[in-house]
Amino acid sequence: MKKEEWYEKSKTCKERNTDFSTVSGVPIKVLYTPDDIADMEHDRDLGYPGEFPYVRGVYTNMYRGRLWTMRQFSGFGTPKDTNRRYKYLLGHGQTGLSVAFDFPTLYGRDSDDSFAHGEVGKCGVAIDSLRDMEVLFDGIPLDRISTSMTINPPAAMLLAMYIVVGEKQNIPAQILTGTIQNDMLKEYQAQKTWIYPPEPSMRIISDILEYCSEHVPKWNTISISGYHIREAGSTALQELAFTLKNGFTYVEHGIKAGLSVDKFAPRLSFFFNSHLDFFEEIAKYRAARRIWARMMREKYRAQDPRSYLMRFHTQTAGCTLTAQQPENNIIRTAYQALSAVLGGTQSLHTNSMDETYALPTEKAAKIALRTQQLLAYESGVAHTIDPLGGSYYIESLTNELEQGAYKYFEKIDKLGGVVRAIDKGFFQKEISRSAYSYQKALEQKTKYHVGVNIFEEDEKAEIEILKISPQVEKVQRSQLKKLKRDRNGKRVREKLLMLRKAASDGENLMPRILDCVREYATLGEMCNTLKEEFGVYHEPIIF
Amino acid sequence: MISKIRVLVGKPGLDGHDRGAKVVAAALRDAGMEVIYTGLHQTCESIVEAAVQEDVHVIGLSILSGAHMTIFPRILKLLRASKAKDIMVIGGGIIPADDMKKLQRIGVHKLFGPGTPTSEIVDWIKDNAVKPKRPTTRKKKSVRKKVKKQVRKKIKKKSKG
Repeated sequence: MKKEEWYEKSKTCKERNTDFSTVSGVPIKVLYTPDDIADMEHDRDLGYPGEFPYVRGVYTNMYRGRLWTMRQFSGFGTPKDTNRRYKYLLGHGQTGLSVAFDFPTLYGRDSDDSFAHGEVGKCGVAIDSLRDMEVLFDGIPLDRISTSMTINPPAAMLLAMYIVVGEKQNIPAQILTGTIQNDMLKEYQAQKTWIYPPEPSMRIISDILEYCSEHVPKWNTISISGYHIREAGSTALQELAFTLKNGFTYVEHGIKAGLSVDKFAPRLSFFFNSHLDFFEEIAKYRAARRIWARMMREKYRAQDPRSYLMRFHTQTAGCTLTAQQPENNIIRTAYQALSAVLGGTQSLHTNSMDETYALPTEKAAKIALRTQQLLAYESGVAHTIDPLGGSYYIESLTNELEQGAYKYFEKIDKLGGVVRAIDKGFFQKEISRSAYSYQKALEQKTKYHVGVNIFEEDEKAEIEILKISPQVEKVQRSQLKKLKRDRNGKRVREKLLMLRKAASDGENLMPRILDCVREYATLGEMCNTLKEEFGVYHEPIIF
Repeated sequence: MISKIRVLVGKPGLDGHDRGAKVVAAALRDAGMEVIYTGLHQTCESIVEAAVQEDVHVIGLSILSGAHMTIFPRILKLLRASKAKDIMVIGGGIIPADDMKKLQRIGVHKLFGPGTPTSEIVDWIKDNAVKPKRPTTRKKKSVRKKVKKQVRKKIKKKSKG
């Protein structure tokens, strides 16, 4: 049968009454054929895994060599509570750590700060000083495990604490492996944990890049994150475009700070969301790899191929979990995990079914980890590289997303770049508009969410919930009091003064922060010291 | 009947998850209500102060940080102290069922869980925000606008600390 005949015939078939578009609203054709990828050249546009432009994967043999790292984001209560959970997860086959901090820590505030009241240990683990980090990693060998820390404005302080914990375990910083999120641009755009305005924040980031390239060379210094942009309501394309544009902005800042691009770019890593639309997500990861490689080589003139590699972590989409029929979240998460794996992720977090109620219980966290292990060890999906490569649909979606991203880059450039666009509220507006239109689509039932707007049930879910005791806050506060009594207050004040001086002199902050940390200066003390120099950020209110 | 329902949508504490608050704020606005959105990182004091000055019918709080058992009681207490008990307090976010029950027992009027259609929130407010506000405190729109500006300034100032 000829193509045209088939299309004529297909038009006569009755279609289900549904909106055939991706979850981001991109229309989907009834069939994809070689015509849809006619312009594509195999060697130029696809190539081979581990080779330019890396669409099919960043490493030559991908999961045949090593499976992705199973890295469950976790943290709650006191450092002792979380240390216990880490040992539980590692004991069940988890292969990397990922620290969730509580809100006060994320904002660089101590547990006795007035703003911390009611929030200590609730959304993650509370860290006030090096003392807490020592407890958090007690009995966990930092030379054998890599640790990711979701921390942004106080990233330098938490990294410094980690380095010093390493020192105390006799592990040199040179061999420490892990990641700090340290991606401030997306904070202003989406996640909204900030302290300082964008300019000084970018300076701190450049200081970290510079310091780590010398002293902590295996550390991933920025995890350029689309995850939160997506959670805040963006489409897949917005997530892709904004995240990569942020990445290029860090590259430009690093170059402007006098670093050679190949010195720091190989340590940049990425963090994406895995949302509901199975194929769109896979195409997103593939497009991201190609865009990064092309731009790094062509625009930023990187020479070292490691600078072309877009290595990324994935987390399944928290915003897609439902409070209704929570067990369904296990299945939802499994599909999302599968798209991350088919998309070639380097590490993965799978959400727990109970997270629309509270932080996960031990049991729920274990099921989430097992979901990954099923994929890795039972399903066979890791046996060959990029198994969907060459699919007309996937390749066509990949191309479309790549082109869409370039259009966004142009738009952002016209606004004067990322920082200016943040000032103008561009990202914030784009994201809230997408969030609102998705909500409307759910309410008009042009998009479905099982248990929420289709196949609803009346009965309330009965599931076990993790409770954080109010004792946690009391314990943290009294520990903090004790710490302040026990340490050498005079030396702490001296080191903080030197930090302040480094901030105003433009000297690299990292060595000064390390000095403060070694004297057990608290996180709040260090962040407040920098606030005096850098000021604080206020966002334009847009909805 | 009241002419226009006024709602203050607030994000108390350090919680930065503002997707829900913004979506709800936009939906209430599209439903014809006057919406004041505080922005992030507000103290309970600044929220109540703004609500009283703006003479709102409803305060809607979005809390996804787990701090709901601290924040809601504090808001209710401050409202009582400001003699503004007639302002209804509603909320949404990540709040376990047991806590929801406790909070409604102590005076939170309504809590909406994840997945609630915005139309349900709109309808609830329309059905319940029927009590006319004290006519003596009603200000002309132009005056209200001025007050709003001042309140915003105040909120900004406060959050600096």
